[in-house]
Amino acid sequence: MASAVITAPATREDGLIQELGYEDHFHEHHHGDKYQSNFISHYIFSQDHKMIAKQFLITGMMWAIIGGLMSLVFRMQLGFPEESLAWLKPFLGKWISVNSDGVGSLTQDFYYALVTMHGTILVFFVLTAGLSGTFSNLLIPLMIGARDMASPLLNMMSYWFFFLSGMVMFASLFLSTGPFAGGWVAYPPLSALPQAMDGSGAGMTLWTISLVLFVFSVLLGGINYITTVLNLRTKGMSMWRLPLPIWAFFVTAILGLLSFPVLTSAFFLMMLDRGIGTSFYLSDIYIGGQALDHVGGSPILYQHLFWFLGHPEVYIIILPAMGIVSEVLSVNARKPIFGYKAMVFSILAIGFLSFIVWAHHMFMSGVNPFISNFFVIFTLIIAVPSAVKVFNWIATLYGGNVRFNPASLFGIGFVSMFISGGLTGIWLGNSTLDIQLHDTYFVVAHFHIVMGVAAFFGMYAGVYHWFPKMYGRFMNETLGKFHFWGTLIGAYCVFWPMHYIGMAGVPRRYYRFDTFQSFSHFDSLNKFITIAAVITFGFQLLFVINFFYSIWKGRKLTTPNPYNANTLEWTTPVEVGHGNWPGKLPAVQRWAYDYGKDGREFISQVEPIGPDESPEH
Amino acid sequence: METVVKQQVDIATRRNKIHPKKLALWVGLVSLTMMFTALTSAYIVRRAAGNWLEFSIPSIFYINTLVIVGSSLTLHAAFAAFKREAGGAYKAWLSITFLLGFAFVIMQYLGWEQLAAEGVPLTINPSGDFIYAISGLHAAHVLAGIAVLGVALAMAFIRPLRVTPARKLRLELTMTYWHFVDVLWIYLIVFLSLQR
Repeated sequence: MASAVITAPATREDGLIQELGYEDHFHEHHHGDKYQSNFISHYIFSQDHKMIAKQFLITGMMWAIIGGLMSLVFRMQLGFPEESLAWLKPFLGKWISVNSDGVGSLTQDFYYALVTMHGTILVFFVLTAGLSGTFSNLLIPLMIGARDMASPLLNMMSYWFFFLSGMVMFASLFLSTGPFAGGWVAYPPLSALPQAMDGSGAGMTLWTISLVLFVFSVLLGGINYITTVLNLRTKGMSMWRLPLPIWAFFVTAILGLLSFPVLTSAFFLMMLDRGIGTSFYLSDIYIGGQALDHVGGSPILYQHLFWFLGHPEVYIIILPAMGIVSEVLSVNARKPIFGYKAMVFSILAIGFLSFIVWAHHMFMSGVNPFISNFFVIFTLIIAVPSAVKVFNWIATLYGGNVRFNPASLFGIGFVSMFISGGLTGIWLGNSTLDIQLHDTYFVVAHFHIVMGVAAFFGMYAGVYHWFPKMYGRFMNETLGKFHFWGTLIGAYCVFWPMHYIGMAGVPRRYYRFDTFQSFSHFDSLNKFITIAAVITFGFQLLFVINFFYSIWKGRKLTTPNPYNANTLEWTTPVEVGHGNWPGKLPAVQRWAYDYGKDGREFISQVEPIGPDESPEH
Repeated sequence: METVVKQQVDIATRRNKIHPKKLALWVGLVSLTMMFTALTSAYIVRRAAGNWLEFSIPSIFYINTLVIVGSSLTLHAAFAAFKREAGGAYKAWLSITFLLGFAFVIMQYLGWEQLAAEGVPLTINPSGDFIYAISGLHAAHVLAGIAVLGVALAMAFIRPLRVTPARKLRLELTMTYWHFVDVLWIYLIVFLSLQR
């Protein structure tokens, strides 16, 4: 009954919530303030959405470090094939082979394994679970005015399935035959034949198990996000008053829910091919001169199923980043987001279109060119809602009184990356250009900038912005700015040159280029990329240090609403307890973006529309 | 005064037109539907590519459709008995549903044996493999439903019958899922019969 004690409201918003809020008698239930108060139920098997968000974030960071280090190892082999990597032998053991001159190099098998693992880890564990998992969990209940997720239990299970999935993948790194090495897309036959290569045996089995567990995690999370957004919005929070991150998380969850089961189906058929000898994906294959029994399958079938997930997956990665950036830019420009409804409709349009463009990943793998035309057109149409969003972000910044803190800098950096990477997407969407560009470094440059770096920028913007909500302290701003400039310049140095070597036809996934006459003159450019990658990674360590230092030693948050923002998460106390609001739930009176209206800098969502307030936003 | 407050709370909570758990289940079912849509789409794509063995669906599958439709009807009867607190009828209908569910899985297995006996064993051609894979994955979901029904059945025999909102909700969720695997099978059998 702690809430029954009415104290004088600390802030204007508190007073409004006490006056106009909605009493759901939440704190009269028995769990009250003793809820999950022991160590295990509070920090480990927590059912509180804020703690689960932190679990997703920190696990995602660990995976980002592992996946990032992997890319440095194979980049060093690629950029400096003549230098010795023997110093890595204590870590990588037999995966470093030392020749008679004492020069150690990465074995070719492990090079492919590292490339595969880097892709899998970054796409699924970091940019799906780490990004959408973190911020959907943290922000959905806080921004819509809910006590917690619709099902805290499923929410907890979502994290632990993710954790388990990660552990299985981690275990596969220690197999004597190595982890799976056939590329993160796991095309058959390398994935469907256990004897195809070293990593195709136990490595592939663990890879599949890990990803199936991951799908469970995504589905449990997604069911929760959708149900919560539809069902648990507080009084007055209509769909058209939702802050943009929530729209983005909501559509992301729908995409995941519709596309990940298709991946499960693809894996199901693949397991049958591997385990009991069916031929869904395999046909007419010879290994060591021996013809296999598999007849009648089609590897293209797998590609269709895979990319039916795979394409929505890139929007599962980028939509949350877009939502976060919209909010961060609007708050820090002290201006309403430009074209709120256009933003929502573009999110919906991108979500819809993402389901009918998957074959643009397969233009060169034997798809009928006439069918390709259909996919080219829809792929290019995606540029329209994407451009709407870009123009709206720029228009939001235009004329704004912008605060240049790390969060807004990363938000602006996101827009820059999204433009650079998006424009090359228009090239790659054309099936004819793909004749030259497919499977080259041009593709690598494109997707790393548009969904790798850009999504990371969105994630950083979110972490810097909502860190005070998570830990009650600020991250160090100076370190954050160093981190931003290092990452922005570094990322462009890594990926910009790749466009040129890609246009020259240098293929991706090759172990070395110095032995090819047509590629070896890119030697110095390759070295440059590797050095830039190492330095850029170093700047990310700056972020990690800043993050953990600030959890315990950062500048303390003293007011509930440090940014003078409108959304509901800033009406909660500095130390947010179970149930998020100590008393009543806030009632929402207006949309989330009343900045600079009628001469007032910001107007919180809990403040009623005044009698003499101007009607337009 | 008190009734006014209560009314206001009711109005405020009536925004939740559907129970969150029901909504969550429906959303989950959409996702399961996508899984089977993927398989049947793969079936169409693969069939169009040629080298496709033609055969007819084992007759047991058609008979079995009646079994699972029947089980949906008996589950409905069980729910009706539950609502009018008729304990005996509730237990009886629920038991019959449970047994029909089991019969369905066993008969699916017999269907596979019939298919193999007719010259389409596993791994001979993707056209047959698809039947095994799709009906097998469906049977796995029926088994999950049987597990849930088993819990409901055990509860029906252990606890005295009393209609509480929580128990009604649980039964409704069970029913939704069971109807789903039923309708899913009807879709699959119609699909497989037409796509020959």
